[in-house]
Amino acid sequence: MVDILMPALSPTMTEGKLAKWLKRPGDAIKSGDVIAEIETDKATMEVEAVDEGVLNEILVEEGTEGVPVNTIIGRMGGDEAEPPAPAAAEAPKAPAKAEAPDAPAPATPAPAVEPEYGETRLMTVREALREAMSLEMRADKDVFLMGEEVAQYQGAYKISQGMLEEFGARRVIDTPITEHGFTGMAVGAAMNGLKPIVEFMTFNFAMQAIDQIINSAAKTLYMSGGQMGAQIVFRGPNGAAARVGAQHSQCYASWYAHCPGLKVVAPWSAADAKGLLRAAIRDPNPVIFLENEILYGHSSECPVADDFILPIGKAKVERAGTDVTIIAFSIMVDVALKAADALAAQGISAEVINLRTIRPLDIETIAASVKKTSRVVSVEEGWPFAGIGAEMIATVVEQCFDWLDAPPVRVHGEDVPMPYAANLEKLALPQPDWVVKAVKKLF
Amino acid sequence: MAAAPDKSRKPRKQAESMDRDELLQAYTTMLLIRRFEEKAGQLYGMGLIAGFCHLYIGQEAVVVGMQHCLGEGDEVITSYRDHGHMLACGMDPKGVMAELTGRSGGYSRGKGGSMHMFSKEKGFFGGHGIVGAQVSLGTGLGFSNWYRENDRVSLTYFGEGAANQGQVYESFNLSNLMKLPVVYIIENNRYAMGTSVERASASRDLSLNGVPWGMPSLAVDGMDVMAVKAAGEEAVAHCRAGRGPFLLEMKTYRYRGHSMSDPAKYRTREEVQKMRAEHDSLDAAKARLLELGLDEAALKTLDDGLKARVQEAAEFAQSSPEPEPGELFTDVLVES
Repeated sequence: MVDILMPALSPTMTEGKLAKWLKRPGDAIKSGDVIAEIETDKATMEVEAVDEGVLNEILVEEGTEGVPVNTIIGRMGGDEAEPPAPAAAEAPKAPAKAEAPDAPAPATPAPAVEPEYGETRLMTVREALREAMSLEMRADKDVFLMGEEVAQYQGAYKISQGMLEEFGARRVIDTPITEHGFTGMAVGAAMNGLKPIVEFMTFNFAMQAIDQIINSAAKTLYMSGGQMGAQIVFRGPNGAAARVGAQHSQCYASWYAHCPGLKVVAPWSAADAKGLLRAAIRDPNPVIFLENEILYGHSSECPVADDFILPIGKAKVERAGTDVTIIAFSIMVDVALKAADALAAQGISAEVINLRTIRPLDIETIAASVKKTSRVVSVEEGWPFAGIGAEMIATVVEQCFDWLDAPPVRVHGEDVPMPYAANLEKLALPQPDWVVKAVKKLF
Repeated sequence: MAAAPDKSRKPRKQAESMDRDELLQAYTTMLLIRRFEEKAGQLYGMGLIAGFCHLYIGQEAVVVGMQHCLGEGDEVITSYRDHGHMLACGMDPKGVMAELTGRSGGYSRGKGGSMHMFSKEKGFFGGHGIVGAQVSLGTGLGFSNWYRENDRVSLTYFGEGAANQGQVYESFNLSNLMKLPVVYIIENNRYAMGTSVERASASRDLSLNGVPWGMPSLAVDGMDVMAVKAAGEEAVAHCRAGRGPFLLEMKTYRYRGHSMSDPAKYRTREEVQKMRAEHDSLDAAKARLLELGLDEAALKTLDDGLKARVQEAAEFAQSSPEPEPGELFTDVLVES
């Protein structure tokens, strides 16, 4: 007997839906046969058999959602002539569940309620981004989306799913894998009055285009004495995903935030994603919009009002507290909130600020919090040297020196290229207990 | 899939591409550019213009001939050797010269300098200081015309040095894939700073550099304004018909150094003298105008008028005040 396991079909997949069985018990299976269809949060994938034999039993019925990776979904009998292979499905032996990047939904902290934005519904960050782009494209014909695989493939991360159908090939444009050229093309289009949204499959690839982003998009308004700028959004996943190694796991927040002429936004929740992306598309300046691949599948309550939009440059207090201020952005807000829970259990009341925008930095919200708590810890996934934490702490020291009861502490990703090995990767990225330890140093 | 283009051809009917009036108009603009650049060189020597200053002297026929192919709303973008392009687009010499001196009356209010001037009104999109960057940007101007489904064309200029860059070929690929209305113009003045084209490019015929992407092209005598216009008309018509981009290689020459600080030791004085004596675009246009019945005296009067206009620009560029200190912090972002 050979166990058929629920396969992991993407670097960030932790569970999926068993959409369909294509074989029934008793059916003979040949190597290469499609035995089932599985829906991940990105796409529907076919599972091919590796071994030959007969399907003996189905353990997870089709239509079942949230099946964790490595669950035994069926069993097959091996060919009599050969000893059974260790696994039947094409899935590689995925690492143990405990090493998966993030526990599924229940452990994800919820954002603080913002009653001023009205009624909400639960949605994923992915849906929120799609809705933001679609709403803005419906409202303004100068807005269009371009990037690798955004159209016919429906988005490498399924963000733009269905948009080609709604908006057509002139407004949802597949590009060749030539970031330098197509980014320059988009900036030129923006100089001539269009409002491009450029999707980078990841910000790692935008390094090939960084000259056009900085020298052409960010500086032209100034160099032209205000005559000509670029209303353009550069968006895509930033930072580490899961097990994709050094060249695909880097946080670019401090690279872009360094440059005058750019705004830099980093959403965490679905509401952040929708409200800030709409604001970014409408902003007359170039905006770097740093998403996070792991967050795409995370759900949270998001305002539904047609006019819901968040201001760029305004941070949000996700959790009020009195003893210490923890400042974070993007997926590190998860880490900060989990740390705050742990600290609460130890009698320390932490205030957690979700930056939402990195540049311009909301110094007012940060300073007001630090003046209240007198202690501050910054949390970022990126490297420490000249990082966002360094900037935040410098600002806090300049503005709140007399209020501080302890030296500020930075929590950050380790100062190394991202390793591939699961244990090493985990050791390189800030964990809630790092934040707890950092906070406890302050008391 | 576009059919492979013919090998580069000689443009046709160059002598008939301009009548007397049009040639006189072209000559006037070419002479304005030359007088302007001579004055800019002089002001640089006096310390009134600083930084990088790349003069266009010798190449005037290229931009003027091309400009005669354009209509309302077409776009022009180029590198940092851009003064000629701005004047050909109809930008005011006073505003250009005052930008060179870093004064508030300059096109960028003194914040751009020689390499960074723009005029939306005149369809001039810069003035870009990073070699090759304007090729992708110009492709984007063409993209915007394609997106809006108008019949406008973007002229995207770059030097033969930039022609070796990766983003140029990424742009060629994109524009022919999408059939964007872009005329790419290589201004081959033979030297990328101090490196001759033979030492920098394995391609021996730059006009064929668009062939792998199916881009039609012409190699053009860039010292002959009528030849430039004849080739430009063919290229622009191709773009306006929705047939995609077109590549023109303009064989030209710059008489001055790469920038004001270039001693130009990489070529002989004789080489430069020979080009000036035998191939100067202004001399050729002037000779043709005399053949067509204009007299020396009229052309002398024209020259005097242009010199006076340039002198006026130079005076404006010195009397216009420096930008207010507060200008340092404006135009970083559009305040919404």
